[in-house]
Amino acid sequence: MDSFIVISLIKEVVVFGVLLTTLAYLQWVERKVIAHIQVRPGPYRVGPHGLLQPVADIIKLLTKEDLVPPYVNKPLYLLAPFLAMTMALLSISVIPFGPQIQVAGYQTYMQLTDLNIGVLFVLAVSSMGVYGIALAGWSSNNKYALLGGLRSSAQMISYELPMSLAIAAPLLISNTLSLRGLVEKQAGGIWNWNVLHGPFPQIVSFIIFLIAAFAETNRIPFDLPEAENELVAGFHTEYSSMKFASFFMSEYANMITVSCMATLLFLGGWVAPWPAEYGSSYVPAAIFLLAGLVALYHGFHPARRRDGYTLPVFGVLFLIAAAVFLLPMVQSWLIPLFWFCAKTGGILFGFMWIRGTLPRFRYDQLMGFTWKFLFPVAMLNLLVTGFLVALRS
Amino acid sequence: MPTSLTETYFPVLLQALLAMALAAGLLTASYLLGKRVRNKVKDMPYESGIVPTGDARQRFSVKFYLVGMLFILFDIEAIFLYPWAVVFRDLRMAGFVEMLIFVVLILSGFFYIWKKGALDWSKPEGAGRKQ
Repeated sequence: MDSFIVISLIKEVVVFGVLLTTLAYLQWVERKVIAHIQVRPGPYRVGPHGLLQPVADIIKLLTKEDLVPPYVNKPLYLLAPFLAMTMALLSISVIPFGPQIQVAGYQTYMQLTDLNIGVLFVLAVSSMGVYGIALAGWSSNNKYALLGGLRSSAQMISYELPMSLAIAAPLLISNTLSLRGLVEKQAGGIWNWNVLHGPFPQIVSFIIFLIAAFAETNRIPFDLPEAENELVAGFHTEYSSMKFASFFMSEYANMITVSCMATLLFLGGWVAPWPAEYGSSYVPAAIFLLAGLVALYHGFHPARRRDGYTLPVFGVLFLIAAAVFLLPMVQSWLIPLFWFCAKTGGILFGFMWIRGTLPRFRYDQLMGFTWKFLFPVAMLNLLVTGFLVALRS
Repeated sequence: MPTSLTETYFPVLLQALLAMALAAGLLTASYLLGKRVRNKVKDMPYESGIVPTGDARQRFSVKFYLVGMLFILFDIEAIFLYPWAVVFRDLRMAGFVEMLIFVVLILSGFFYIWKKGALDWSKPEGAGRKQ
């Protein structure tokens, strides 16, 4: 029992630290990706390639004026960002990142805890996030904030329906609510992943899940709650400094959670695309080797003067990472972790790509789309899946 | 390996405490660190520089209530599907047919409200016309 508590605490600190770093740097990555889509360098001044930008942002946000306007409903106004952030950070506790590992003779999962109702837990906690936004919009006592909050709550609950139906379809195939169990059912290779596997490949529910995920996290093209040109800043119009930032942190945390969920439900979690006996364990090393060589090449032929110093350092770091992936003693846990991060990162990149590509929906189109298209299609997909699974068993 | 219920939910509690501590800590830090300058204009609701008229406690569209009610109806249906999905392999075709009857009942209600126009967010002038 004692060693259990110690292991739990260690895992907790590691996961929390990694999550916060990812949150800070996801925003840097997003700015870089959007910048390159729009053919500009993005953050570049603070640190090499703007890598210290998140630190500067946090310092700036912490020292900004913490304004509590006199007309707000103060308890709820203060509760809203707190609630949004707490709920967004909570759901990571059931996400599994890798298989069972052995640390100092103690078997443990690469996961904080494996709830047997993991899927329901994530759904429940993420719907609690609506309260943060609805309360923020109402308590601000500002017309635009109220409208943004109402729109956001209506949008989030409406898209939750197709999302829960889209999640139910792979559950029909896997027959478990444990996120670890879901991945174990998909072991073997890409043909066993729920998105391709089974009596009925879940590609439709994967796409519906992704669309609903965009709406649930209030991302473009569904960022109606903060449509700047009609609602000022939507539900967080009256928020400043860290209270304002906490809504952004919760949005990014929700993005990470939802990408992890898509990976676990449809893309086989940490399972490699093909079995290790056909060389899938060399893919991470090869990717890092390639990245290192590209960085080194550009470091010796710098496009900007500063690249001559920074890119060789990145190149060497990538080469070291490639070497680490070849070490036999870490391969058993590092390679599954790599695949998990690669899939989740790919979905996160999709979030950014779409943000750089699509314009915003109109509100009636947004609501019509989920009620009149996504919901019936998700229902139909679920029934067809159920029928085919029942025929098979 | 965690076995008991306490051990399974202990990390969730830990994570909740850490998340609350972080949220409270960050909000308090910004409260302590930021300097405050008050003036009359800053204390008005922000409406992009236009002088606000009235407050936000006005009536808003009944559509939002309607969406809330419909959500509760259909989300309960979705929640019923989860335990069904988990034990589906044992239920086989009988379970499928039973759920099909339930879903068809719910869906007939869905098509009824669709025809009634409850799902149309904004009817154009001269209601009844297709958008």
